[in-house]
Amino acid sequence: MTRQLLEGSEAIARAMVNAGCRFFAGYPMTPFTEVLEHMGKLLPDAGGVCINAESELEAVGMTWGAAATGTRAATGSVGQGLALMQESLSELCQARLPVVVLNMARGQGDYYQSTRGGGHGDYRHIVLAPSDVNEAANLVQLAFHLADTWRNPALVLGDYYLAHVFESVDTDRVDFGPVPDKDWKLTGATGGTGHARIVSTVANDRLDVPDRLNYGQLLAKMDDRIERMRTGIEPMMESFRTDDAEVVLVAYGTPARYLRQVVRNLREDGVRIGLVRPITLWPFPSDQMAAVLERAGTALVYELNAGQMVDDVRLAVAGRADVHFIGRSSFDEAGFGIAPDLDVELLTIRVRSALDAVAKEVVS
Amino acid sequence: MAGPATAGQQSVEVRGTVVIDVEVCKGCELCIEACPPRVLTMTEVERNAEGYLYPRLHQGCIACGLCAQVCPDFVFQVWRYDTPETVSLAEVTGS
Amino acid sequence: MTQLLPVIPSSEPPTRPGKVVDDFAPRLILPGEHALCPGCGEPIAIRSVVEMIDELELAARSVGVFGIGCYTAFSPKLDVEVLQALHGRAPSLATGVKRAKPDCLVFTVQGDGDMVNEGLQEVIHTAARGENVTCILLNNGVFGETGGHMTATTVLGQRTKNTLEGRDAKRHGYPILMSELLAPLDGVAFIARCAVNNAVNITRTRRWIKQALSMQMAGAGFTFIEVLTMCPTGWFIETGEAPDYLADKIAAVHAVGVVKDISAADKTASDKTAPDKTGSDTTR
Repeated sequence: MTRQLLEGSEAIARAMVNAGCRFFAGYPMTPFTEVLEHMGKLLPDAGGVCINAESELEAVGMTWGAAATGTRAATGSVGQGLALMQESLSELCQARLPVVVLNMARGQGDYYQSTRGGGHGDYRHIVLAPSDVNEAANLVQLAFHLADTWRNPALVLGDYYLAHVFESVDTDRVDFGPVPDKDWKLTGATGGTGHARIVSTVANDRLDVPDRLNYGQLLAKMDDRIERMRTGIEPMMESFRTDDAEVVLVAYGTPARYLRQVVRNLREDGVRIGLVRPITLWPFPSDQMAAVLERAGTALVYELNAGQMVDDVRLAVAGRADVHFIGRSSFDEAGFGIAPDLDVELLTIRVRSALDAVAKEVVS
Repeated sequence: MAGPATAGQQSVEVRGTVVIDVEVCKGCELCIEACPPRVLTMTEVERNAEGYLYPRLHQGCIACGLCAQVCPDFVFQVWRYDTPETVSLAEVTGS
Repeated sequence: MTQLLPVIPSSEPPTRPGKVVDDFAPRLILPGEHALCPGCGEPIAIRSVVEMIDELELAARSVGVFGIGCYTAFSPKLDVEVLQALHGRAPSLATGVKRAKPDCLVFTVQGDGDMVNEGLQEVIHTAARGENVTCILLNNGVFGETGGHMTATTVLGQRTKNTLEGRDAKRHGYPILMSELLAPLDGVAFIARCAVNNAVNITRTRRWIKQALSMQMAGAGFTFIEVLTMCPTGWFIETGEAPDYLADKIAAVHAVGVVKDISAADKTASDKTAPDKTGSDTTR
């Protein structure tokens, strides 16, 4: 294990290359740009390719092509750039291709985009949400493992902090176990054999193959795949001081780090408060979260937006706990997502007044 | 040269023939124009299972392969004889 | 006076000794009918591509990236590895494949709606970067699969679903000549525009495709083949009239010929078939 003091963007890039990523394409956009820069420096020495594509649309296209050859391939951007990629991202699910996609988001307004998707048709991305650089370096590697295992895109939802905070981090390759052989990959080799492979969103095989599905049947198969991923991927959640909590904060990503300290501070004042932090946003850790929230009775959901993840919290508890939204959007002047609200004292005040409001409700 | 016999010709040299997969033809007639000796004509009454008229071969193929080249539906298989066949006009036309 | 000789049987191979000089379908196209219209030029173009791949013995190292259009019907009908792209997006996918597997022959098959409308940015940048891929444009001046609307290559005066009185520059703008648009880019090694409306042009199509693919394997840079194809359905004409329509209307604007060839820089001008605006190159 080798620890280095690295900026998040570099840690993520190194972790990806160590995980075997050999193709990356992207377009500069704050705060994603540095990941692209680091991949541009690291990949050639590792025998890989990094391309500054002419737009995010071509970046995901190039990644699609590389992934089809069986190469571990990734792309990324910010929410705005991912917005451009949506058609391709949904079709990549249909094409059954493993790609890793980074969203170094500006704030937390992209929860819906990540989990509900802005593409067409029914599909799901596997979504992982690190809250610090060390976790990001691990989860980005897990993303490749999950993408390969399920032949589906995996999204890692980061932000400005993850991109720019320096941490002492270990980016060595993590072994998550074996992945299925890529017996579908295109290298030209099956051409002329009578059994040439096809990787297609509209045809699962050549016309002369007996059980091939037509396009309609292929589209309908997505339901099965979604269900298998939903039940087959282990949802992950962190619970902090929840065993005897009466109120539980719910937050993901960077804000959760601050709220963890808020919990510590309030605990010193005798408040029985805890925190749950979903790490897989899809599949959402509904069962684990419901168990904790129902035991506590009250949940305060904090996110830097007008309320997106709170929907999934409410769905998880299905009325068996009180769920209150206490978040809001918070931006720096430039809009990059450096949130003035992310301050332990400010958040402590916010949580306290939420607790008071909830107590008043209970009394009245 | 093979093809429609000009006045005074006694025989034609036939260099090959074609096998026509009538059932895949879509009646586009590109082969008719493309054939240099003009030995393909479309049926006028007979149609294939899809309802299309299709080409028929007359004596006189020169095995140039142009019908196969211009056909969008892979209707033709072109054969070139090892040695050309001299066909007497009197025999085939009865004149 | 000429006289047609009698019809002879043509449903069985001959008994007279001989050999097949042209088989029904090329080895790399799966047998059986396809659903493209009568008289469509696209199968002829695709046949030319796969036959040249076979001639160059590249079938076991090729990946074809298909766009979306009528020709997509061929994507599950080939014995060549195929990657299906979204409308307009084949060049970026081809870039990813080629960069990941540089020893593969990588080509795209795209219609004019796909490449010149939806995907213009993709092909221009792929060409400018000098990617060692071959982009093949099947140009019939209409969006065939969706019913025949105008594309960026539709010529002035051409009737299409939304230009029923003929494309008019004031209302519908001017066509883009894709081969000429790409030629000035330094990353481009070879561009030829050909057609499949007659045997002479088909022969040229095959020759230039073969040259483009060979140049790709030699690492020369971006190669581009634009094939003018008949679309009698989209052109509102009889199948038999389409070859002449192509020559008279389409090729009069999108001229057949070699538009750029860096390997010919040392040769004399007579070796090149220069584009001829009078259309005499598109012999009937």
